[in-house]
Amino acid sequence: MQLFRSHILVCGGSSCTASKSEQIIKEFDSHLKANGLENEVQVVKTGCFGLCAQGPNIVIYPEGANYFRVKVEDVKEIVEEHLVKGKIVKRLLATGDKNENTNEDYSANSIEFFARQMRIALRNCGVINPEDIEEYIAYDGYQALGKVLTTMTPAEVIELVKKSGLRGRGGGGFPTGLKWSFAAGNEAPKKYVLCNADEGDPGAFMDRSILEGDPHSIIEAMAIAAYAIGSDEGAVYVRAEYPIAVKRLQIAIDQAKKLGLIGKDIFGTGFNFDLSIRLGAGAFVCGEETALMTSIEGHRGEPRPRPPFPAAKGLWQSPTVLNNVETYANVPQIILNGAEWFSNIGTERSKGTKVFAISGKIKNTGLLEVPMGTTLREVIFDIAGGIPNGKAFKAAQTGGPSGGCIPASLIDTPIDYDSLVALGSIMGSGGLIVMDEDNCMVDIAKFFLEFTVEESCGKCPPCRIGTKRMLEILEKITSGKGEEGDIEKLEILANSIRMSSLCGLGQTAPNPVLSTLKYFRDEYEEHVFEKKCRAKVCKEMLKYIVIDDKCKFCGICAKNCPTNAISGEPKVPYLIDQDKCIKCGLCETKCPFDAIERK
Amino acid sequence: MNSLEELNAIRDKKKDELSQRKDSQNLRIVVGMASCGIAAGAKPVMDAIIEELNTRGINDIKVSMTGCMGICRLEPIVEVIYPDETRVTYANIDAEKAKRIVAENIVNGQVCTDLTIEAVQNDDGGK
Repeated sequence: MQLFRSHILVCGGSSCTASKSEQIIKEFDSHLKANGLENEVQVVKTGCFGLCAQGPNIVIYPEGANYFRVKVEDVKEIVEEHLVKGKIVKRLLATGDKNENTNEDYSANSIEFFARQMRIALRNCGVINPEDIEEYIAYDGYQALGKVLTTMTPAEVIELVKKSGLRGRGGGGFPTGLKWSFAAGNEAPKKYVLCNADEGDPGAFMDRSILEGDPHSIIEAMAIAAYAIGSDEGAVYVRAEYPIAVKRLQIAIDQAKKLGLIGKDIFGTGFNFDLSIRLGAGAFVCGEETALMTSIEGHRGEPRPRPPFPAAKGLWQSPTVLNNVETYANVPQIILNGAEWFSNIGTERSKGTKVFAISGKIKNTGLLEVPMGTTLREVIFDIAGGIPNGKAFKAAQTGGPSGGCIPASLIDTPIDYDSLVALGSIMGSGGLIVMDEDNCMVDIAKFFLEFTVEESCGKCPPCRIGTKRMLEILEKITSGKGEEGDIEKLEILANSIRMSSLCGLGQTAPNPVLSTLKYFRDEYEEHVFEKKCRAKVCKEMLKYIVIDDKCKFCGICAKNCPTNAISGEPKVPYLIDQDKCIKCGLCETKCPFDAIERK
Repeated sequence: MNSLEELNAIRDKKKDELSQRKDSQNLRIVVGMASCGIAAGAKPVMDAIIEELNTRGINDIKVSMTGCMGICRLEPIVEVIYPDETRVTYANIDAEKAKRIVAENIVNGQVCTDLTIEAVQNDDGGK
């Protein structure tokens, strides 16, 4: 069989034949011969392509180039350009050079995930090259710093940020402008500007993404903050577990220094600002502001009582402003577009947008940014695509281990700082973990408590001992040994830890337990009194059994059972010995007939 | 940096470079290379694109990286950006698909409609 490097498919349908496709085929044959290609290229007459209005249609493979409305005179050009030189004849392409004929949008905006978002903090993520400062500048980067330094006084900058209504995106929601004004008001020979990039809660990755995708926006905003409070030095505290973020931030700092956007006498205004990176070892407690500064000073990352607040006595006992990555990412846009623009977005008391890192039982795991006040339903179902595999939505955890869950019945709650607090959760840094009917809420609470027990720094007893005791009770309940009174003990412990812990870590650690108790108390009670886990997650309360009707006696389960707990013989349904069963679930995954059930 | 004018000069120069005048045919290819993209295999995709462009002797197309677009589930994401800033966004790309994008979209000017983000968004890809 002869091999051709290219095939020309010419439509031989009646409509195209009416527009001279027969002559076109003849013309191809003669031009191919003239160019000595008759043994390399085959001309094939095909049936109707279905786009008769655009005929005659020609497709050339292997490229799959679709030429529409080809005339006999065009053939010479197609042969010489496309087949000899390998250049597509763009003017004849079906779609034109682009998609001009179809109006089709092939960009990311064509899907609902992007179409419904509003991107301020993430505006450059996925748009610019983070390792090229000029791309950031092309997208109006450093314009805000230029505007601030050349046309505004520090007091005006603070006033503008205050007016915008920007609140801290790290979790607490403290008004950013107010924080800056405290630090500005404290006279001192040295002041510091810090960025908290010690993102540590499970399921949160927005700070990492901003540092990886748009590091210059943080540098620019920190320089603006420094100007506003009268500081000349800043540091970004980022965990060493984020190597790409650290690398790109360092590249960004070096490039900014090289262009003189940080350093001495920026824009010829006499303003100096130097910025460095401080690596953290990844302790959750170092996201707490006083612990973070203690860590930068070279000590073990432990919090200290406040007051004095960092704005009065922060890093090295100097007035310090500490903001989260996402908070900073908003600042340049606020400066450029004005306070009014920003304060028109969002709700009465929560202005602007919020970035969420959405994960768990959700289709579109990822990052999204929506105006404050968007409902949880819109975020989960409209933007993030809902729950996969047709399962039912059960709850969403906001704020990670410091936050709480929001049950399905409250899914129409607008997401803003105050609504979430009213529900017993917090905004947190923006981690959003979605749970479906297969999640056990007691198990979820246990998971988050395990995390806080692990991450407690140990300085204050309520957090060090109290969370451990709470975890022990939860372990007891989930292993089927819960007793009457355990739930009440959990509540007493939770409330005293919340009131007596030294820092935010301990004060918020009981939140996952308290909020699951608030909305899913019946599940706790089922565990304690009926020894039952409705989501079939808590192993000790589970039983694997063979459904007799479905069992085909193949013996695969018995062969795979690591403890030889399954026995059987031909024609008799297999049986699982519950005393030997270790509930590994292997039989369930191996059974070809779905004959094994968790009960 | 001594003045705002200097900053504006860089901005204008780069803006021109990024969104070339209409008569230019130059496209840009951008690969999402945040942690999520890299973990999903953006590096081999980037390599495949560069290799395919080199094989075909195409040297007027700029390939660069970018950060996380947000839809980490569909990484690696590759965007073809036209001079007028319209974009074609491809998702769940591997090295083979990347070569196809070069051949079909870059060389032949035809969008690989089966690889666009809209086409693959409902595909769970076994995840």
